[in-house]
Amino acid sequence: MQNIPKNMFEPAAANAGDAEKISKKSLSLWKDAMLRFRSNKLAMVGLIIIVLIILMAIFAPMFSRYDYSTTNLLNADKPPSKDHWFGTDDLGRDIFVRTWVGARISIFIGVAAAVLDLLIGVIWGSISGFRGGRTDEIMMRIADILWAVPSLLMVILLMVVLPKGLFTIIIAMTITGWINMARIVRGQVLQLKNQEYVLASQTLGAKTSRLLFKHIVPNAMGSILVTMTLTVPTAIFTEAFLSYLGLGVPAPLASWGTMASDGLPALTYYPWRLFFPAGFICITMFGFNVVGDGLRDALDPKLRK
Amino acid sequence: MLKYIGRRLVYMIITLFVIVTVTFFLMQAAPGGPFSGEKKLPPEIEANLNAHYGLDKPLFVQYVSYLKSVAMWDFGPSFKYKGQSVNDLISSGFPVSFTLGAEAILLALALGVLFGVIAALYHNKWQDYTVAILTIFGISVPSFIMAAVLQYVFSMKLGLFPVAGWDSWAYTFLPSIALASMPMAFIARLSRSSMIEVLNSDYIRTAKAKGLSRPAVTVRHAIRNALLPVVTYMGPMAAQVLTGSFIIETIFGIPGLGAHFVNSITNRDYTVIMGVTVFFSVILLLCVLIVDVLYGIIDPRIKLSKAKKGA
Repeated sequence: MQNIPKNMFEPAAANAGDAEKISKKSLSLWKDAMLRFRSNKLAMVGLIIIVLIILMAIFAPMFSRYDYSTTNLLNADKPPSKDHWFGTDDLGRDIFVRTWVGARISIFIGVAAAVLDLLIGVIWGSISGFRGGRTDEIMMRIADILWAVPSLLMVILLMVVLPKGLFTIIIAMTITGWINMARIVRGQVLQLKNQEYVLASQTLGAKTSRLLFKHIVPNAMGSILVTMTLTVPTAIFTEAFLSYLGLGVPAPLASWGTMASDGLPALTYYPWRLFFPAGFICITMFGFNVVGDGLRDALDPKLRK
Repeated sequence: MLKYIGRRLVYMIITLFVIVTVTFFLMQAAPGGPFSGEKKLPPEIEANLNAHYGLDKPLFVQYVSYLKSVAMWDFGPSFKYKGQSVNDLISSGFPVSFTLGAEAILLALALGVLFGVIAALYHNKWQDYTVAILTIFGISVPSFIMAAVLQYVFSMKLGLFPVAGWDSWAYTFLPSIALASMPMAFIARLSRSSMIEVLNSDYIRTAKAKGLSRPAVTVRHAIRNALLPVVTYMGPMAAQVLTGSFIIETIFGIPGLGAHFVNSITNRDYTVIMGVTVFFSVILLLCVLIVDVLYGIIDPRIKLSKAKKGA
């Protein structure tokens, strides 16, 4: 053994606090979810698709030489070319511009339906779940009965009766669409309201509204966000479906659904009139579906396989 | 069990009552009467027609008589096609729609479960990824777009199948694939994830430890339990196939009830819209009820009498 003089030793700083220190920065649920979402390649592809489509929908019609509603019968049913990238329709309108104007309407319908579902669903679901007892029983019975009503049939009926228009479609979809959100929020609220931190807040004298909107709803935000994201493709689908039945937005407005249904009879000779809008319906639904799935996986680590 | 079915039937009747009521009053609020066509009828004839169909009576009386006739399974006459009742339309159109729908559902079930099981058995291998791509594709392509693409490629370009019509089995092929694609994708996803969960459970390890062969473990032990979530999806699937049939039947020129329904919407044939809506609702509610009861029979863990509180 070597002889080392005592004065060469130094006492290590014994600081009790150090042992308790967390060296890695703590991640909030959202940061953690972001990390996991970003490593999900498919979801990122979906997100990029959505962003690109939204950007194109905003800017493409502004910079185009053509107008979405100006007809030019001399130039009808032309296949895709340098002048008209996606060809023209039966009235000689440029399909490229119409596709992006249609994107505005289709995505607006999707997002508006999702936001309205969110508002009604969160209010209904959180009151029902939080109050519990009699209130819950009655509110959920009403929701159950409405839930059993075939929603697309009801939307069709409403559209037959109400005047044609963009907002009619959104309202018709919301009337049947909020129930899903309400049920999910109620389930979350039931689960969360018995947590200790809610009890603690209650003990400190927090009002119901504070409990709900400060503590419970933010924690249910994950499921709410996923449900919202997955509502958008359903709404886009429903809009296209209604257009096929002749219940879509009135001309000269264009949505992907009306464009696709206009193109359907001409499928044999002018297939591009169907394929461009139909293709974008599929791509957008794909985008929102994979982003929704990605969010669900990212926000709920238990579900990850 | 009987008590449960009884209670469910009561709820079903309440739901149906709500649907009939909403349908009736919505159709009353619809713009234009049943006889306000392009040609203006002389007022005497219109009054006569109204009297014939009982439309001159007060709204409430009409409502009660409609409720009564619906309860007797009589949906009244079509206002656009003289001499044809809604019941005639249903009895001529529904068998066709039912054949198509049943074919689509069987196809979706068979292929969906097959794909799901393959994906789960080869979890995280290329088979799994292939199925994942297929299912994402299936979920993102609406049935009517699928129908148009199939028709364009296989009938118009390749000439393999008839373009439209309803004659032999070959006519049902493309429409049922188009109808089945989305439910199939959902079933594949559902059965994949539940199969993965089941394959990791203890009793599967026990079965393997007993020395059972892999097919025996998969078929006898895993798939049976993995299929439970698929059963719950049968109700929504029936709704999806049914509503999907509206456009598919129109695209392929199939004389089913869905095509009649679409026609009645374009023609604003209100009694047909009402009648077919109520009929479809009855079918869907029955499907959901049957599925729920089946689920209780298949899965003994579910106590039906206590299963009233949904998540």
